[in-house]
Amino acid sequence: MTEESITLNLGPHHPSTHGVLRVQLELDGEIVVDAQPDVGFLHRGLEKLSEHRTYQQILVLTDRLDYLAAMSNNFGYVLAVEKLLEIEVPKRAQYIRVALVELQRIASHLFWLGTHAHDLGAMTPLFYMLREREDIMDIFDGISGARLTPSFMRFGGLAADADPDFVKKTKKLLDGFSGKVDDYERLLTENPMWKSRTQGVGMMSTEEALNTGISGPMIRATGLEWDLRKSNPYSSYEDFDFEIPTGIRGDVYDCYRVRVKEMRESARIVSQAIDGLPENDGSPIKAKVVKFPEGEVYHSIESPRGELGFYIVSAGGKSPFRLRVRPPSFVNLQGLNKMVKGRLLSDAVAIIGMIDIVLAEVDR
Amino acid sequence: MIVEILLQIIKIIAIFAVVMGCVAYLTLMERKCLGFFQIRLGPNRVGPWGLLQPVADGIKLFFKEDMTVLHANKFYFILAPVISLVAVLFCFAVVPFAGNVYIIDIPVAVLYLMAISSMGVYGVLLAGWSSNNKYSAMGGYRATAQMISYEIPLALAIVGVLILSRSMSIVDIVNAQKGMWNIVKQPLGFIIYLVCTFAETNRCPFDLYECENELVAGYQTEYSSMKFALFYMGEYAHIFLASCLITLFYLGGWNGPVLPALLWFFMKVFFCAFCFIWVRATYPRFRYDQLMNLSWKVMLPLAFLNLIVTAIIVVMF
Amino acid sequence: MNLEILEEKIGNYIKEKASSRDEITLTCDRESILPLCRILKEDEALSFDFLSDCCGLDMSPETPRFMVVYNLYSIKYKHRLRIKVPLEEADPVIDSVIPVWQAANWLERECFDMLGIRFTDHPDLRRIILPAKFDGHPLRKDFPLEGM
Repeated sequence: MTEESITLNLGPHHPSTHGVLRVQLELDGEIVVDAQPDVGFLHRGLEKLSEHRTYQQILVLTDRLDYLAAMSNNFGYVLAVEKLLEIEVPKRAQYIRVALVELQRIASHLFWLGTHAHDLGAMTPLFYMLREREDIMDIFDGISGARLTPSFMRFGGLAADADPDFVKKTKKLLDGFSGKVDDYERLLTENPMWKSRTQGVGMMSTEEALNTGISGPMIRATGLEWDLRKSNPYSSYEDFDFEIPTGIRGDVYDCYRVRVKEMRESARIVSQAIDGLPENDGSPIKAKVVKFPEGEVYHSIESPRGELGFYIVSAGGKSPFRLRVRPPSFVNLQGLNKMVKGRLLSDAVAIIGMIDIVLAEVDR
Repeated sequence: MIVEILLQIIKIIAIFAVVMGCVAYLTLMERKCLGFFQIRLGPNRVGPWGLLQPVADGIKLFFKEDMTVLHANKFYFILAPVISLVAVLFCFAVVPFAGNVYIIDIPVAVLYLMAISSMGVYGVLLAGWSSNNKYSAMGGYRATAQMISYEIPLALAIVGVLILSRSMSIVDIVNAQKGMWNIVKQPLGFIIYLVCTFAETNRCPFDLYECENELVAGYQTEYSSMKFALFYMGEYAHIFLASCLITLFYLGGWNGPVLPALLWFFMKVFFCAFCFIWVRATYPRFRYDQLMNLSWKVMLPLAFLNLIVTAIIVVMF
Repeated sequence: MNLEILEEKIGNYIKEKASSRDEITLTCDRESILPLCRILKEDEALSFDFLSDCCGLDMSPETPRFMVVYNLYSIKYKHRLRIKVPLEEADPVIDSVIPVWQAANWLERECFDMLGIRFTDHPDLRRIILPAKFDGHPLRKDFPLEGM
């Protein structure tokens, strides 16, 4: 730190901190000497609240964790409770769940790409991304009645069966999707200015990233082929054929490539799930839950942001004794300081964008 | 004598009105064009097709509370937006719209332009410094460095034009392009001039000193109401000026077949302005070090090269 | 992974072991947490290179009152393991595992914030989510849900 360094408060209300993140930057001119993230502005005490709410009520709370991927949060929570209950989910429900969650992944990545491009000054892509995201939100609206906070999963299944309209809408979306992703890539992938802003920024080695607890697209961008959907398949993910895209250097550009490829892979999974959707064999799409047994479970899924884990300790009552959420963006944000140090202020914005934080999930 | 002075005053008022009108509708044009680029509609509520939007904006900004930050240096805080608008408006004194439509045609018009438009940086710098806000200050520093860096290749690019037309009067420069536009004779110079103009007018991809994603709003973070409006007008007046100058220096000014000269001029100017908007909708922003590298390592050598080659050709042939 | 391997490698550290719903839970003393984690991470046959989660439990009215829970994952073998360390109410202090996994940094800070469990040798043990002047630790069972 030199004598002339200044302290700059990036946030809690700043256009590119994506919510209420505050980063205390120590700047030497334009160069970042130190960056201390400060979180907690959106803390709602979800874990404490869960101890006083029934399992069914908590489902609604999980929507509010990562509001850009509410389906995934529902999914992770429901899977953890099902593991506690030791119940089987009908195949049809599993497939619909996978389709919904992958659609949510696409929506989340679209939103990320749009806002990230906007952070780097490219203002137009965001509107194209939002157009496609809106189609996905429409599908959610049709099946669950809500766009952002569906609360659609239930223990042992879903709140309702998928109707033909859902299948039709999803197929229509998927038909044009690949071409649209091509369009986005034409705007950015080979754009020399985009490359110069993103390549070599926020690099991390796989070991370092792993040690810092980083998961999801960010660690795949460093070259590690690790995706919980493949390594520890849940909800019939083993039935689907998809690739795990990886990067090489773990910089912002690789992360961008990984996420774009992931969108394509997710679209593949959705179409497989829709095409191979088993007929409703008359068994109810959701199980009736009477009693929650004692015990403890940890279950994690690959949310759009990384490993989303739910650790539930049950004492046999109606509410969990302790519910712990392992939020991917909270842990990923730990890497910020390391990645930002010594870079320029503009890179700090790019790196914050790359981490793809949702502050509601960071602060819970 | 009195009649002459009166006539001059009328001229000044007329040109001022035209410039301000164009500036107001440039803001609407930008929002409409961006709307179309970004699959949305743009303003369409105020008046038919949103045509009264600039008026509504003006009224709104006029009635907003005029705030001055507590620890700001009041004098410079108020002076800054004035400088940044006035510096641009002064330039229009020597900008001809057609062969006989101008306030004054002085033999050193280009020199005058360079001198006055450089004053604009004081507005930005003072605003950044006097706001007593770190974001503003950083915006001000960035602005100073950027303006100085890009002024040099910009000036060198113009020198190429001056050598060709052998005059510093803008009317002469345009008249020299009757047969062939300078863009054909000076393609490299044109590109350098264009890039530097983008940087000078603080437009994307060089809008580093107010880029909202890093500096919130840069030098104008603390400004509100009419003080903000002055900056805003200054910025768009600058774009309008830059479009005029590109047209005059490189695109043949008001020269063109069939249509009247004034129409040709404004068509070219608004096409240039459209290009500004087009680029904004398309490209991501540069990073600060890349911006500086581009100026000193690419633009400056190229500008020198352009100048030397032009000089040699003019002397040889 | 099976219990035999664990028994062979870290048997002397394990106080209790339980296995339910395909999950293995080990309980150990707080003194042994650092050497135990080192072995778990560095041993070729275990290779728990990813700290998924670290959190605390308030077990009251049981004694010992607190429990620190580590959920580990191995990228190589794709298996999971849970380590639990009971802590007395009077002295809720445990060694930080940051030397083994950097990821523990914020997770331990959160645990300190929410339950008041202190981690020795933690480089930056401050509250992370709640404001620095906050009074109390909300995830303790005696902390009221509302009306404080």
